[in-house]
Amino acid sequence: MALLVSLAVGLLAACGIYLLLRPRVFSVILGLTLLSYAVNALIFLGGRLNATAAPLALPGAQGLADPMPQALVLTAIVIGFGMTAYLVALALRARAETGTDHVDGAEGPEDGR
Amino acid sequence: MSHAVILPVLLPLVAAVAMLLLPSAARMLAVLAAVALVGVAALLLGLAADDAVRVYRLGDWQAPYGIVLVLDRLAAMMVAVTAVLGLAALMSAIGGNDREGRHFHPLFQLQMAGLNGAFLTGDVFNLFVFFEILLLASYGLLMHGGGAARARVGIGYVVLNLVGSALFLISLGLVYGTLGTLNLADIALVLPGVPAADQALVRTAAALMVAVFLLKAALLPLSFWLPHVYAAAGAPVAALFAVMTKVGVYALLRVEVIGFAGAPATAGLLQPWLPVLALLTIAAGTIGALAARRLAGVAANQVLVSTGTLLAAVAAGNATATAAALYYLPHTTLVTGGMFLLAGQLAQLRGAMGDTIDNGPKVRGALLLGGAFLVLGVAAAGVPPLSGFLAKVMVLQALGDTALGPWMWAGLLVSGLVMALVLARAASALFWEAGDEEAPGPKLPRGAVLALVLLSAAGPVLALAAAPVAGYARAAAEQLHARQPYIEAVLGARPAVQRETRP
Repeated sequence: MALLVSLAVGLLAACGIYLLLRPRVFSVILGLTLLSYAVNALIFLGGRLNATAAPLALPGAQGLADPMPQALVLTAIVIGFGMTAYLVALALRARAETGTDHVDGAEGPEDGR
Repeated sequence: MSHAVILPVLLPLVAAVAMLLLPSAARMLAVLAAVALVGVAALLLGLAADDAVRVYRLGDWQAPYGIVLVLDRLAAMMVAVTAVLGLAALMSAIGGNDREGRHFHPLFQLQMAGLNGAFLTGDVFNLFVFFEILLLASYGLLMHGGGAARARVGIGYVVLNLVGSALFLISLGLVYGTLGTLNLADIALVLPGVPAADQALVRTAAALMVAVFLLKAALLPLSFWLPHVYAAAGAPVAALFAVMTKVGVYALLRVEVIGFAGAPATAGLLQPWLPVLALLTIAAGTIGALAARRLAGVAANQVLVSTGTLLAAVAAGNATATAAALYYLPHTTLVTGGMFLLAGQLAQLRGAMGDTIDNGPKVRGALLLGGAFLVLGVAAAGVPPLSGFLAKVMVLQALGDTALGPWMWAGLLVSGLVMALVLARAASALFWEAGDEEAPGPKLPRGAVLALVLLSAAGPVLALAAAPVAGYARAAAEQLHARQPYIEAVLGARPAVQRETRP
């Protein structure tokens, strides 16, 4: 299972980085979102994947699940969500101010498609 | 347990909430909070001066299970620098542009809370959270006042920092996955015993973390965002941003010395490339200052030069170099902040000319502004007799024995000479060769004058008080490099933390 999740993390990160390097703000935001999914899954992997471990310290339970990465991921998700929301608002503002959704705030010569 | 340690985080946070509830009293609350923060910072400096490392356990959870704030000499000094700079930036904003957009004051306080938290925290995940607080506030502050130029640089700045945050999280995930802890002192204990199979992963995680800190500090290949962003921000905001790059330098210094330097898996991570890149950053900043057409652009490039100088000292990795960096740091932060404020005032007074370095109309209060420029410029260029010269001598002495010593000497001295030329040229264009008729602009606001005087005073005061300040910096550096007091204070004298074995 760890291999599957690792491959998914790699794929998500690769797609995220590709989209990040695109010239339009919208694809950049999508790229950041994909990248943060990849990061969240990676943090989750840090606590080891285990389908049968007890979530709480019940009497007699063996091999507890690690609650720490879940708390970290929760924090990261909340922060990432807020940041993405701000970036979307900023992108709309920049579109209104500069009249283009290019990340440089101006159309390049080769971007006239 | 003294609760004073958490006050620098709590005070701005409470003030920000109060401002949102009482928007009409925001200015008064802002001044109260900023003055109180300077008082708290002075109290912490006094507390830290007895060389004890004070640990504040949030919720009284024992480290490494709970989150701790740690106050030592270094953290107290950083909080004090931030508090003074924050007070000056705030006074300048109140006389100027704080009502050009909504929520300037709450954002400003949140930025202070994030900065102070980043300086005080003893936990790397908590460091990430405080980084995000200060960054989110800085996004809002950067956009304060609006305009196409700010929107244009804003997108790049936000995206770049979000990528930095993602890298930071990847690094934290790897650190937790391999070491099982995120408490800095505990990391220092666990790192030397990392099994051989995990060493490469740990080293990768450490390298990623270093890269993130260097992005915040704006080291050369990661520094191209800085001049645009800082020059586009409003003057009080840019002045406050002068301390943001120092957060990156501070985090690198703290994590490297306490955590990474002491373990074979991560030792020597910064060599040999960091001194080279630091030198190149100094060169890039110097050339950028030479090419800058606005005074704010010159100040932004000064930030790059100071980053390079600080990181060269951090890379040396010994207490002498760190002590020199810690004398240089308050000097450069306050002086660069002052330069940004001065550029903002000139831009307001000269109307359409802005702060372009070109002959324009005579400005009102030219004597005061010119005097402030003289003091700030002499301090920034590192010419005797002000603090810049002393700081530079200390850094040069500390770096003389390193592998790149001669290059550092040449680089720093040439950079100082070029800076002096740039500032002299700017002074003659802005003040000497100004036209005869006075610009019709408004009078200088009193708050802005106070702020300028406060920050201009930094150079002379740091030079006059060089012995105590350098002594404090020396003690702070020795306390940091001793490492053991920090680790014992956070984790207690217990030899090892009980851990569960993991599958």
